Amino acid sequence: MKHTLSVLVEDKPGALSRITNLFARRGYNIDSLAVGQTEREGVSRVTLRVDCAEHSLEQITKQIYKLVNVLKLTELTPDDAVEREIALFTVAAPPERRGELMAFADHYGARVSDLGPKEIVFEMVGHPEDLDSFEELVRPYGIKEMVRTGRIGLSRAVRH
Amino acid sequence: MTRMTGADAIIRSLEAEGVDVCFGVPGGMIIDTYDALYRAQANGSKLRHVLARHEQGAGHMAEGYARASGKVGVAIATSGPGATNLITAIADAWMDSTPLVCITGQVPSTKIGTDAFQETNATGITLPIVKHSWLVQKASDIPATIKAAFHVAQTGRSGPVLVDITKDAQVAELDFKYPDHVDLPGWNPPRKVNQRQIISAARAILEADKPVIYAGGGVINGEASAELLELAELTGIPVVTTLTGKGGFPDSHPLNVGHPGMHGMKYANMALNRADLVIAIGARFDDRVTGNVSAFAPNARVIHFEVDAAEIGKIREVQIPICAPLQPALAKLLGELRKQIPEGREGPAEWISKIAEWKDEFPLRYELGDLLKPQQVLEAVRDATAGRDDIIWATGVGQHQMWAMQYMVCDRPRSFITSGGLGTMGFGVPAAVGAKAARPDATVICIDGDGCFQMTSKELTTATLHGLPIIVVLIRNGYLGMVRQWQEMFYDERYSQTDLTGPIPDYAKMAEAFGAVAMTVTDSSELDAALERAIAENAAGRSVVVDAVCDSQEKVFPMIPPGASAADILEYGSHEKVKEFEAR
Repeated sequence: MKHTLSVLVEDKPGALSRITNLFARRGYNIDSLAVGQTEREGVSRVTLRVDCAEHSLEQITKQIYKLVNVLKLTELTPDDAVEREIALFTVAAPPERRGELMAFADHYGARVSDLGPKEIVFEMVGHPEDLDSFEELVRPYGIKEMVRTGRIGLSRAVRH
Repeated sequence: MTRMTGADAIIRSLEAEGVDVCFGVPGGMIIDTYDALYRAQANGSKLRHVLARHEQGAGHMAEGYARASGKVGVAIATSGPGATNLITAIADAWMDSTPLVCITGQVPSTKIGTDAFQETNATGITLPIVKHSWLVQKASDIPATIKAAFHVAQTGRSGPVLVDITKDAQVAELDFKYPDHVDLPGWNPPRKVNQRQIISAARAILEADKPVIYAGGGVINGEASAELLELAELTGIPVVTTLTGKGGFPDSHPLNVGHPGMHGMKYANMALNRADLVIAIGARFDDRVTGNVSAFAPNARVIHFEVDAAEIGKIREVQIPICAPLQPALAKLLGELRKQIPEGREGPAEWISKIAEWKDEFPLRYELGDLLKPQQVLEAVRDATAGRDDIIWATGVGQHQMWAMQYMVCDRPRSFITSGGLGTMGFGVPAAVGAKAARPDATVICIDGDGCFQMTSKELTTATLHGLPIIVVLIRNGYLGMVRQWQEMFYDERYSQTDLTGPIPDYAKMAEAFGAVAMTVTDSSELDAALERAIAENAAGRSVVVDAVCDSQEKVFPMIPPGASAADILEYGSHEKVKEFEAR
C-alpha cells in the first residue's frame, strides 16, 4: 500500500538521510521525495511517497518521530490533502503527429515549454495521478526523457 | 566568558557536565583535545582519563561505567580508525540503551571529503546506531553541542550519541560560556503519565488471575527498581527479569521467578506462557525472550510500560500501552492500586503456588563429571561472594554469559553488566574495567569465556596501570562454546572453526604479562581456595585471572530451540529430544 508522509524537519545536515535510512534498512524503496522550504525559517518539509506494509509504516513513523531534527510528521491521505507534482516530458513529435499531442496536452492542461524540429518538451502541473495518465497517453509516441519533482501536498483548507 | 581554544572548550564542557572519568585513545585529529586535557590536569582539573588499549575497549569501558553508575559514559577517539573501532561499542550501547557520549576527532573542515589521511565519515557510518550525531566544524558550536549531546543521551530512552569535531574547530578560539539550556525543538521524549491508562492498568492487574511482571533493562535505566519492588509486594505478582533487567528486581526475592527466554529457567517461561496478564515494564519482547512470537504468552493481555513509543506494539500487540518514563508511571500505578485494592485482598495465591510447584519440579540442573563443569565454577564464585552487597558482575557473550545469568544472584540494580541485544563477544573485560572506574569501592568480577577473553584481554593492562583491578573468572572450555553447542545440536556435530584448544595461548602467562595475578584451576577441589585468594589479591589492588579449565562438552540448558516456543523447551539431559523436535 502506498503512503504519503509529510515531515517537518529542522534544516540541518543529515536530517534527510536519517529519515531515508529508516526505510532503506527495512528494504523499502522510496517512490518519490521532495524537500523544500516552508513558511518557517530553518524548517524544511520533506514529502515522501513509499510503498510499504501498514505495520512497518507504523514502526517507521514512530522511529521518525524520535529523530532529534524532526518537528512534526503527518500522513497525507488522498481525501484530506491537496497533492501536486510537476513533470517534464520530452516526447518524440514528428510534424504529422503534433496535432494529436497538442490536443492531449490541452485536455490535461500540459504546456509546451520547449519545441524542437523532432520533439516537444511538455510541462505539466497537476495531481500525480493525472500526470500518470498523461504519461501513459503520450508513451506510444515515444517519451525520450522524463522527470518528475515528486509529490508534494498539504492538508486541505476544508477537511472532509 | 573566557577566551579559549575549541579543545579547551571540550574539556571544560565535560567538566561542566560533571564527568569524572572518560575513556579513550588519542590520535592525530584529537591530539589538541588531549593537549587541553593535559593542561587542565596540570592545573588541577579532577577530570580523569583512562587510556584504553583499543578504542573498542574505551567504548565498552564507557558502557560499563554508565551501566554501573547510571551516569553518561564518555569515550574519546581520533578520526578514521579511532572512530571505526568505537563502532561496536556504539552499536552495543544502542541495542542495550546505554547512555554514551562519544567524541571523535575529524580531519580539518577544509579536508573533509578529500579522503584525507585517517578520514572517515564518522557521522555517516554511525547513523543507524546513534540517537543523534553532530559534525562540529566551528569552535563556537562546541559548548552547545556537547550540552545537547549529554541531554539527548540520557533523556527518554537512553542511548549513544556521537560528536565528531574537526581539527580546526579544536584549534580555533571561542568565548566559552556553557549554556544552561538546550535548544532542541524536535526532541520531546514523553514526560507525562496518562492517568486514564494507569486506571485501566490497575483494574486489569486486580482482575487478573495469573499475572506476571516481565521486567527489562528499562527498569534499571529508568531508575524504577524501588517502584517495581513495591508493585510486586503490594500485588503479590511474580516477576521475571530479562538478561539486561537482571538485578532490577532482587533475584533472591520470593516473588522472583527467574529469567525468561532461550536459556532462561523453565519455570519462568512456563509462567509467561500460562499467564493471563503480562505486565511488561521497560522490556522489548526480544526474540531471545519470546521465541516464536505467536506462541508467546498466547492467552495473556498485555500492559506495556515503556518510555519509547516505537517499542509499543512493535513485536506484540498491547492492550494497555503506557508510554511514559517508568519511575513516575509506576509511582502513579502504585497510588492508583492503593486506591483500588480492596481491604484484605490477597495476591494470586493459587497462581503463586502453581509457579512454586514448577520451581520445584524444574530447577536448574547439571551433572558432575570427571572434568570441572562451568556451572560448578559459577556456583563456587556465587558462594564465595554470598551475602556481599558490593559485587558487580560483568560478562562476555556466549555459554558462560548464560550460565552467569542462571547462577549469579543479583539483588541490586546495576550489579549485572552484560551485552544483551548486540551480543558482543569481548564486552566483559573492558566493561568490568569501566564499572570499576565508576565504583572503585565495588568488587568487579568478570565472568568470561576463552573466546571472549582473547578478543579484549589487553584491557587488563589498562586495569593494572590505572588502578582499576578486576577479577576475571575464565570459563575455559576450549571452544567458541555457544557456537559449538549449536553445531553439536543442530549441525550434526560438525565443529567448524570453533575449536580453541591447543597449547597456546597460555592464559596464565597472558594474565601475568598484563600485570594480573594468574591461577589455573583444573579440579573442583582447588576452586574455593583459588577464589578466596583471588578476592584477597583483588582487595589488595591486583587484577586476578582465575583460569578455570572446564569440560568442553557441557551445554547450556534449559534451551528453547531457535524459532520454537516455551512449550518446546529442552531440559538438561533431554539432548536426544532435539532430533524429535527437528523431526516435527
